[in-house]
Amino acid sequence: MNVIVEREKGLLELEGRIADLRKHSADQPVDLSNEITALEDKYAQILREIFGSLTPWQRVNMARHPKRPIGSDYLAALDVFDELHGDRHFRDDLAVIAGFAKLRGRRVMVMAQEKGRDFKDKVRRNFGSASPEGYRKVKRLTQLAGHLGLPIVTFIDTSGADPGISSEEHAQAEAIASALATMADVPTPIVATVIGEGGSGGALALGLADRVIMLEHSVYSVASPEGAAAILWGESAKADEAAARLRLTSDDLRDFGIVDEVIPEPIGGAHRDAQGTISSVLDAVDAALEGLRHTPIPLLLDRRYAKFRRIGNV
Amino acid sequence: MPEWLRIRRGDEALGEDAAQWTKCPKCGEMLYRPELAASLYVCKNCGHNFRMHAFDRISMLIDSDFVEIGADLIPGDPLEWVDKVPYPQKLERDREKSQLSEGVVCGFGAIGGFPVALGVMDFNFRGGTMGTVVGERIALLFEAARERKVPCIVCTASGGARMEEGMLALMQMAKTTLAVRRFIAGGNFYISVLTDPTTGGVSASFAFQADVIVAEAKASIGFAGRRVIEQTIRQKLPDNFQTAEFLLEKGAIDMVVKRPDLRATLIRLLDYAAGDPAHRSGRNGKAAVAHETPEEAPA
Repeated sequence: MNVIVEREKGLLELEGRIADLRKHSADQPVDLSNEITALEDKYAQILREIFGSLTPWQRVNMARHPKRPIGSDYLAALDVFDELHGDRHFRDDLAVIAGFAKLRGRRVMVMAQEKGRDFKDKVRRNFGSASPEGYRKVKRLTQLAGHLGLPIVTFIDTSGADPGISSEEHAQAEAIASALATMADVPTPIVATVIGEGGSGGALALGLADRVIMLEHSVYSVASPEGAAAILWGESAKADEAAARLRLTSDDLRDFGIVDEVIPEPIGGAHRDAQGTISSVLDAVDAALEGLRHTPIPLLLDRRYAKFRRIGNV
Repeated sequence: MPEWLRIRRGDEALGEDAAQWTKCPKCGEMLYRPELAASLYVCKNCGHNFRMHAFDRISMLIDSDFVEIGADLIPGDPLEWVDKVPYPQKLERDREKSQLSEGVVCGFGAIGGFPVALGVMDFNFRGGTMGTVVGERIALLFEAARERKVPCIVCTASGGARMEEGMLALMQMAKTTLAVRRFIAGGNFYISVLTDPTTGGVSASFAFQADVIVAEAKASIGFAGRRVIEQTIRQKLPDNFQTAEFLLEKGAIDMVVKRPDLRATLIRLLDYAAGDPAHRSGRNGKAAVAHETPEEAPA
């Protein structure tokens, strides 16, 4: 069970009571405005108390919140989007949506990992876990973007690359390695944003970027907290402890120099103001693209090299 | 034993091992260590490949001298990681156990007369996982090889990115990728040799970015670990799943080679890579005539 959803239950109840009182106050002779104000104050206070500072594990749950804006929500907020499909070899992996787009008037190539919204959609999209075909689509469209001189915008949100039989048969490792190699080479700016879960190598495959942005309550980790806990203590129940150890929050990653910019979320999380959050992310991407726009390509590639070259130097 | 290895190992470490017997984990046969070493750590009874120590593999491949680089790089503890034991304690334990300072040994030498850069990972050190130092050494190796314009060979053995170094470890996938791409863009030749096991962040970065990918027979190779896949699909996987032979059949690698044939195979590959000097003008930078007459080139 999502711990954020659990915590929200009390708040939702309170929201309902406030709405009820409001409705009744209109057709009742007594003045309920004092009660309403008191409840509203209490509501705001609880909101601050429970969401003012989130533990790493709570952030993991926020990143996985069922109502959190997902890839397709960001794509829907673009000026125009024309989806391009397939890896040209085997199939179209719906866990990655990609294509030509205009973002605040700029022509871009956009690629988003997509978890899906309702259950049927989630199944179709393999819950956002891309197969080799998805990474090969990323590779193909990265090359196309380089060919056309289009900047690349990626949105990262996956619990990890698909670990199934077919994915291994189609060389998942090679697909991710090739996507990374292509992003290393591509002579056009790349801006990556972690909007939810950044699950290990499957997330990084869209993250070798000139600028890496992260939404405040997103997470980005070498291993899932459940997986790490299972390895370390033999029980995935200690996931909350593992989450704290892994240093997977946006604050940690900014401190490590892995993330360049953190976009604040509304109190209570991105889903409390989805359109506002999406808009501020697109603004940040737009600003990052503008910042990279006048960098000569050889310098851009040198800086890309240097950016990752220094991470973790001992 | 070559001089570099004598210096690196010290005499007494070898003496201790010399008289020991060891059991084949596959068939249970008792094997006399010096004999096992002479047979390149392949079980004489069942043909099982023991996981080789990095120094043994370097000795097996390199003609004589080997000059290490990056050996003085030692990992810090950036996450101040503690699980059952603190991370620095695990490192200390593995240093003792493996006689290595980290999970990869990198350097320069010659194979069959061809000068090469060689990196060899060792599963004995934190399961060959890639942390900041492994990533840094691999990047240094490719950068130095690019400067010297020599081919690069990396023998992988890894469980993936090192959890105890968190995202700093994961980012080594990006770092090594960039170094490999620069190396290849410079007109240089990269061979990876996948040994048992090669999975996770290492297979999904430099291991599968080589010009030619060789795998040692029966090595387990893949992205996700076997246990993870079995948990996900809730069924047992066939025995040959994720083996070198399986990958060859699926088209993911160029060749499967038996350990005793590895050195000769690499020499032939290095020879082909010298190309025809008449056609070298398109490739920037590489010295076309550096290795015209290697001592062990095939007839």
